[in-house]
Amino acid sequence: MAAKTPSPEVVGQVDHHPPRKGWMDTKPEFKPGNYLYAAQPQNLEGVGLANPRTWNPLDDDWQLPADWKGTVREGIAERLQRYRSFKLFMDICVRCGACADKCHFFIGSGDPKNMPVLRAELLRSVYRGELKTAGKILGKMAGGRKLTEDVIKEWFYYFFQCTECRRCSVFCPYGIDTAEITIMARELLNLLGCNIDWIAGPVNNCFHNGNHLGLQPHTFKENVEYLLDDIEEYVGVKIEPTFNRKGAEILFITPSGDVFAEPGIFTFMGYLMLFEHIGLDYTWSTYASEGGNFGFFTSHEMMKRLNAKMYHEAKRLGVKWILGGECGHMWRVVHQYMDTMNGPADFLEMPINPVTGTVFNNASATKMVHITEFTADLIKNDKLNLDPSQNDHLTVTFHDSCNTSRGMGLLEEPRYVMNKVCNNFVDMAPQVTRENTFCCGSGSGLNAGEYLEMRMRGGLPRANGVKRVHEDKGANMLACVCAIDRAVLTPLMEYWVPDVDCCGVSELVGNALVMEGQGEREYNLRGEENPSYVPPPEPEEPEGEGEAEAGEEGAE
Amino acid sequence: MIGFLFSAVAVLILCGIAVAGVWALDLKVLFGVIIPYAAIITFFAGLVYRVLDWARSPVPFAIPTTCGQEKSLSWIKPNKVDNPTTSGWVILRMAFEVLTFRSLFRNMKLDYREGPKIRYSSEKFLWLFAIMFHYAFLVVLIRHARFFLEPIPGALVVLEHLDGFMEVNLPFLGLGLPAMQLSGLLLLGGVSLLLLRRIVIPQVRYITLASDWFPLFLIIGIALTGALTRYVVRVDVVSIKEMAMGLATFHPVVPDGISVWFYVHLFLVCVLFAYFPFSKLMHLGGVFLSPTRNLPNNTRERRHINPWNYPVKTHDYHEYEDDFREKMIEAGLPVEKEMSEPEPEAPVAEGAEEEDK
Ligand code: SF4
Ligand code: SF4
Repeated sequence: MAAKTPSPEVVGQVDHHPPRKGWMDTKPEFKPGNYLYAAQPQNLEGVGLANPRTWNPLDDDWQLPADWKGTVREGIAERLQRYRSFKLFMDICVRCGACADKCHFFIGSGDPKNMPVLRAELLRSVYRGELKTAGKILGKMAGGRKLTEDVIKEWFYYFFQCTECRRCSVFCPYGIDTAEITIMARELLNLLGCNIDWIAGPVNNCFHNGNHLGLQPHTFKENVEYLLDDIEEYVGVKIEPTFNRKGAEILFITPSGDVFAEPGIFTFMGYLMLFEHIGLDYTWSTYASEGGNFGFFTSHEMMKRLNAKMYHEAKRLGVKWILGGECGHMWRVVHQYMDTMNGPADFLEMPINPVTGTVFNNASATKMVHITEFTADLIKNDKLNLDPSQNDHLTVTFHDSCNTSRGMGLLEEPRYVMNKVCNNFVDMAPQVTRENTFCCGSGSGLNAGEYLEMRMRGGLPRANGVKRVHEDKGANMLACVCAIDRAVLTPLMEYWVPDVDCCGVSELVGNALVMEGQGEREYNLRGEENPSYVPPPEPEEPEGEGEAEAGEEGAE
Repeated sequence: MIGFLFSAVAVLILCGIAVAGVWALDLKVLFGVIIPYAAIITFFAGLVYRVLDWARSPVPFAIPTTCGQEKSLSWIKPNKVDNPTTSGWVILRMAFEVLTFRSLFRNMKLDYREGPKIRYSSEKFLWLFAIMFHYAFLVVLIRHARFFLEPIPGALVVLEHLDGFMEVNLPFLGLGLPAMQLSGLLLLGGVSLLLLRRIVIPQVRYITLASDWFPLFLIIGIALTGALTRYVVRVDVVSIKEMAMGLATFHPVVPDGISVWFYVHLFLVCVLFAYFPFSKLMHLGGVFLSPTRNLPNNTRERRHINPWNYPVKTHDYHEYEDDFREKMIEAGLPVEKEMSEPEPEAPVAEGAEEEDK
């Protein structure tokens, strides 16, 4: 495992002044906690990626393939022809610096190459120096430099130190999206076999087993069954969902992390309860058991290869439309890429909420609806029996996920839902929410254990926003609509704001739902005694006993 | 800092070239006719070429950066400007971007203190300097049309009046200067402040390349020589107009008696025009093409087409089932194909599956 992460006091001392030496003359220092482990050869082989080998970023020799320079040059040229975004963003940056202090990694590390503009220049300088006449001749004076192994190492370091959060793009006068440049740079690195294992592993798993965790079909089902047992124990309701069922009306897909680890599993339980509550005709798939897409963090092609499962499975099962769970980058892919890559989804029908009759016109082509849109619609139409006082011990604040905020615009739906399922909701400052939201610091496949120090740095601006709303308004629960967030905000809060816990919005929904035939809700979905639980009035001899019994029966 | 010196010196050398060429070598036709034509041709041809070159690369995915509420449920109010779903609203978003520098207006500054305590304060200076500079440049450019048009259109006269607000004040000073132009003042002020900003803010200084210093010095040079010809050297405006009209009507003439300072000014302008298409100044054209701004966020409603969308190798359900069939059957999961061996299989699971169908 990685080195011990220094204390928040140490990490919090950040100097944002650039060094004297120009950035072309400095090199990154690979230290435990600030770089990610290299992709294992079998994970690259499994999906046919280039140059599988055992290597370590600390090695001097990275064992790049023969003629790697030609590969990179051609790779850049090809992408310039394919993506107007890339070509334009290589040319029009004026280095105004508006984006400079917008990146959470710059704020948390002070490293000037984490300023989005310089991150982009790492690639732009090679574009000029290797592909443009002026740069080839004038070199540094025209902002150009040559490809060297050190450049590749630098790329590996900094393009896996960008979470593709697009915050920089909001502030750039030309909308230059450094995430887009990172995506291209990672594609180039993948041509050389320089991926990280935390991405390559999930990609390989997802390709073969249907989900990032590599859960085989029976294990996936078993995991869900554990959660069903928990629901039975804490809520007193027995739920029997179906798997891979043909003819269901709706296919539900969510990130696999939520079936596996806390606190995601509580969100998962929330889904199960919600669908039971409204009697939804839906099914889970063990084949398309992953909503997330680490292929997106590898290359456009890999994103398409993994995403293909969703439509493929929907078609095979003959469902009418797809409902998607809480996830950030999954929704960027579904919203902005899926239909283009793997559509048209003409074998599906216009999504209609079977309970409310609402037609989701906004998803008429993709035929995929976000769970929060779905839940908000249910609540608006008064179809849920809710007891928000079950969440009264919580003062909830909300982390807007980068992808759903800046690559979609899902802002009000979760707020509406939270305001209906909890009585105390408070927002963070506008500078750090909605389109201005700060990344969790671990997105885009960087949520590996060995990267903890850097993740805590990158997550600092987010944590600081939470800290403020915690101190000023007493927030003690950070809700989100993203599986990676749930997994990483928990340690982030432990590190920076220990009094705040983290949950998914659907967990809050689950706790507030009054299920038919439920038992006493003394425990929340986490199996903890619920401080907001109000026991029924003291039993008055005969009736009281009866009630208690009924409650117990329900719990069986 | 090398880039800084390099650029400053480069602009001085350019001035030197013009002085030497016109004054010492008397190459007035070269500097007054040939270079201006060449620069203008380079400018337009280069501009068109660059824009077409960008446009040649397709936009495979619709990737607008959304900066507000999406259009989803009918009762949630969408933010139509910052998250547009139709071309009309996209045009408005672009108009705000191009005409008011909306994204720069959002800018906020990091305030990082011990603790750590992090705050963000509004920071409008970059926006202000940029607006100042760009609009002033535009007005100055339009004002120069007076040299190429005869008679001078009324609109231009009105503009000049509005622009020359200091006219009234100056005679007091007894200098007898021609009317001061507000635009010229703002142009020089804006560009100097932008330069100053690059020098003063350490992070911005750190990211600045020679190709960022150079246009700033060049424009400062243009503004200064322009002011020189107008307020100090008092060049012969009538001859200059004759020359300009000659260029505009393709009957170039080179009247005598035009100050060398005018040639320096003209030469720097020519350099700017010729340099423009090959530099970052092309953001003028690029801003219109940016896929994060100029596309509607309606990708779940309308399929965006990728012209080079190619088939990829996937792992389809049948391959998956082949890998796991036995385990799936054991776990009671429905399968498409039964096990090939005629083996008695988990009867309970089978029953459950039949029901589902
Ligand atoms: S805000 Fe845009 S133009 Fe300015 S430095 Fe950053 S990427 Fe370049
Ligand atoms: S996309 Fe996010 S992480 Fe990457 S450079 Fe921009 S602000 Fe930083």
